[in-house]
Amino acid sequence: MKELLLIAVGSALVNNVVLSQFLGLCPFLGVSKKTSTAAGMGAAVIFVITIASACTSLIYTGILVPLDLTYLQTIVFILVIAALVQFVEMVLKKMVPSLYRALGVYLPLITTNCAVLGVAILNVQKEYTLLKSVVNGLGTAVGFTIAIVILAGIRERIEYNDIAPSFKGMPIVLVTAGLMAIAFMGFAGVI
Amino acid sequence: MKRALERLYNGIIKENPTFVLMLGMCPTLATTTSLMNGIGMGLTTTLVLVLSNVVIAALRNLIPNGVRVPAYIVIVATMVTIVQFLLEAYLPSINDALGIYIPLIVVNCIILGRAESYASKNPVIPSLFDGLGMGLGFTVALSLLGAFRELLGAGTVLGYRIIPENFSISIFVLAPGAFFVLACLVAAQNKIRAAKGKKPQEGCNGDCGGCTSRCGNPKEEVEA
Repeated sequence: MKELLLIAVGSALVNNVVLSQFLGLCPFLGVSKKTSTAAGMGAAVIFVITIASACTSLIYTGILVPLDLTYLQTIVFILVIAALVQFVEMVLKKMVPSLYRALGVYLPLITTNCAVLGVAILNVQKEYTLLKSVVNGLGTAVGFTIAIVILAGIRERIEYNDIAPSFKGMPIVLVTAGLMAIAFMGFAGVI
Repeated sequence: MKRALERLYNGIIKENPTFVLMLGMCPTLATTTSLMNGIGMGLTTTLVLVLSNVVIAALRNLIPNGVRVPAYIVIVATMVTIVQFLLEAYLPSINDALGIYIPLIVVNCIILGRAESYASKNPVIPSLFDGLGMGLGFTVALSLLGAFRELLGAGTVLGYRIIPENFSISIFVLAPGAFFVLACLVAAQNKIRAAKGKKPQEGCNGDCGGCTSRCGNPKEEVEA
């Protein structure tokens, strides 16, 4: 239990997926103009990464290892994730329309989010069991959501600030992300 | 020959994937802790890009339109796996330094973007040079970022000491430094663009599928 808690805190705060590992930067910089859309993207990411880390962990230990096909992991993982996102989208549309309306637009964007594939590969590299993989996936996704919602909140404020013309747009967002990364480095001593 | 040179110029200067199109941000920031790592990541991506562009261009009339994106992903993932094993065998130091970011080349928007917007519509030879141009553009951007970070953060370039150890600012080799250096490089580029009367860089909206349409016409705004 203690070990699981350490994995969760470690992946959410200490090794924050965006601010210290640089995974999932495209949606982090792209979908962070408003807090509401950022929260929607975060929820969709939590949903997909948790399911994807369970599926890829099961496939790796259940199919690839016994058949000695571990060298196919990159190809298998990316196909499983792409299919899974499609599948989740269809199931949500049919079964939980309200959730689909909230998350629907963000789901197709997640296939190419490198955080999903990154977590799957890290789980394999660290030889996590199924439970640990799911906890690691969930923690990573929560960390992503925390970071993107904070960034969106700051961006809503700096929208009306007087910024040097060359720094308008992407550069000021990058500077903001850099300052957030410094703040998150403060978590380094927690574990 | 002229067309090949035009593709190289397009990839390195006109549509530079990092500075102009803002694609492939994750490896750009993560692997540029030193000049050597930046060059290594850039050239690895270039190799994957050239191989996948050539294969996709050769198979462009065989792949049915309805399943083209999954087919491209399989081809790219195969190339990445091959390159990963080559690195593991012949350049283990680069392989260790880049780590997880080598398999993650699969989800680099640049590669799928070029497959969709160029290699799927053009013959093999121009596609090869398109991949080479885009890859070298990416390598130039990564090397620039890596050189700045290594110089400011560790005081060295390619391992040669330029600034004495006591004067280096170690934050630049850590995560926040990546954001700061890229911010300054993009701001410098905005300054140049403004002097030419162009709009500042906005970047993609997180929709990598949308990036493919931007590659053809980078000025077009895509709403998420």
